Amino acid sequence: MSDSLKINNSGSKPRPLSPHLQVYKWQLTSLMSIGHRASGIALSLGTFLIVIWLVALAAGPELFSYVHQVISHWFGQFILLGFSVMLFYHLLNGIRHLSWDLGYGFDISTVYKTGYAVLVASLILTSITWLTVWFN
Amino acid sequence: MAEFKLPKNSQIIEGKQHPEPKTNGQKKVFKIYRWSPDDDQNPKVDTFTIDIDDCGPMVLDALIKIKSEVDGGLTFRRSCREGICGSCSMNIDGTNTLACLKSIDEIKGDVLIFPLPHMDVVKDLVPDLTKAYAQLNSIEPWLKSDTPPAEGERKQSKEERAALDGAWECVLCFSCSTACPSYWWNGDQYLGPAVLLQAYRWIADSRDENTGERLDALEDPFKLYRCHTIMNCSQTCPKGLNPGKAIGEIKKLMLERR
Repeated sequence: MSDSLKINNSGSKPRPLSPHLQVYKWQLTSLMSIGHRASGIALSLGTFLIVIWLVALAAGPELFSYVHQVISHWFGQFILLGFSVMLFYHLLNGIRHLSWDLGYGFDISTVYKTGYAVLVASLILTSITWLTVWFN
Repeated sequence: MAEFKLPKNSQIIEGKQHPEPKTNGQKKVFKIYRWSPDDDQNPKVDTFTIDIDDCGPMVLDALIKIKSEVDGGLTFRRSCREGICGSCSMNIDGTNTLACLKSIDEIKGDVLIFPLPHMDVVKDLVPDLTKAYAQLNSIEPWLKSDTPPAEGERKQSKEERAALDGAWECVLCFSCSTACPSYWWNGDQYLGPAVLLQAYRWIADSRDENTGERLDALEDPFKLYRCHTIMNCSQTCPKGLNPGKAIGEIKKLMLERR
């Protein structure tokens, strides 16, 4: 930072930093944004699991059936459910971000409408996916 | 790297509980952030109870009432009391706004008042805006033109003038910048929504001949591109402006000129 931006505290004790996360109200705008980041991180980690699955597939039937057992366990299914929610959320919210990059959807009322739409649509798409898996 | 916790000297301790007034009027509790450079204490939150039947309608009216009747030391900026000077910006009920435009009735329960978030505190509700003003200065917020005006003055069509609507109304209260998590974590390099809205105001001005240079100055991973379209800025603007959209327009111009 250049000298002109430094804050002059001469003579008195250091100034405190005013509270931020501690007091600022959580609202759809900030929650959707942090959710986009969190789902992005979750998806990157999930990619390792896909790689494990593919490696097992390449390694032959024994390892693959073992990995398949792990996935079929309720905890494995739970992880997959989480992965699919994250995938649909990140995908749809990513489209929301792309439309902003094109210059559309900046009005606060639109921001809220598209925000809720993303949340509802990711739940619907996740449900459809899992219903298809279970009843197929 | 973002520091999510408050530094030791900034953590809030319990404050003073001022006695309730003896009145039959409607009472409202105000919890207000206090810090003074003159003692060795951490910031605290003082509790004031006032009779709002005997008070103007806005949060600023309550602050003035508390200052004149309960605690003359309470420090805050104010001037015009009608949303045009931008002095009384603060965090009220969890979001940033102007105290003179926020009505007490809107707030359910106790009224929590803090200075603008993630800023150095001068005293009580007064943040240090030195850095924000230096950042405003850095975008050179004035008309820059090399050619002399054609007919004695620089004329604009109605459409050209309309391009500035939504930008010129900004009163520089910095509610938006201090509502922005990106500005909290990278405020020393990221210019923040208030300053970028002003940058756009001059980029969009048909009379200004420095558009290219202005865009060059913003072509930087931090100054402009720390905006991740969180949109807390436009959500909180007490004047109903849309700095998030202005930043989007600047990003678009950056692409279009490549």
